[in-house]
Amino acid sequence: MEKDATRRDVLVAGLGAGLVAVLTKIEPAAATPATMQRAIRQVVGEAPVRKGKVTIEVPALVENGNTVALAIQVDSPMTEQDHVKAIHVFNEKNPLPNVISARLSPRAGRARIATRFRLADTQTITAIAELSDGSFWSASADVIVTLQACLESLD
Amino acid sequence: MARPLINVPPKAKRGQTIEIKTLISHIMETGFRHDNVGKPIPRNIITSFTCRYNGAEIFSADLHPAIAANPFLSFFTVAAESGTFEFEWTGDNGFHEAASAKITVE
Repeated sequence: MEKDATRRDVLVAGLGAGLVAVLTKIEPAAATPATMQRAIRQVVGEAPVRKGKVTIEVPALVENGNTVALAIQVDSPMTEQDHVKAIHVFNEKNPLPNVISARLSPRAGRARIATRFRLADTQTITAIAELSDGSFWSASADVIVTLQACLESLD
Repeated sequence: MARPLINVPPKAKRGQTIEIKTLISHIMETGFRHDNVGKPIPRNIITSFTCRYNGAEIFSADLHPAIAANPFLSFFTVAAESGTFEFEWTGDNGFHEAASAKITVE
């Protein structure tokens, strides 16, 4: 009797897990380049985004997507008249397109931030700098990921 | 349990650009993972970080689930005067953590 109950529990749990797997397949598992573009438009609005001024430092080949070193540097004198107001980072294939939005002031002295982030897949990273004159500048970097982050299950 | 680690140079020359590094232990659970019976694990992340230098905000950031566990942040500031840096992290489930560091500017 005891043994039967255990086996039924296992079967029910297995069925439940299978159902969840089917349900999660239906919704998109990742952001797409289109959702990244939408996320970027939410930040910059209708303003044009030009290439340049921004440097992304990220390894080209990543073994473990769970923690990837990232640094963004913007070419700016960081004076009261001409400084970087914000740095935004976006990705294409994580479940969500946003990574970080940092707000800087002329008191930073140097427009550079560093953090560690997750990568769910081999993809392109885009960083956008918002300058004090209202212009937006961007750079992109391709990263190859061998062990993916974000979507793995716990064992 | 979240314990922040702060790295601020204890001394700096006036006008010198200094790097500030912060690290805080936090799981940064994305909300996209499932446990071993297929149940989704709810999101639990730090959503924002602020740094104030003698009361004035000099840096802040919005963090998203794409930030790795134990969020690390590094940024720069010009050492203007002796005083205190105050750091603040807030996040899901009422998470709040604060830390401070002193600097002597000569």
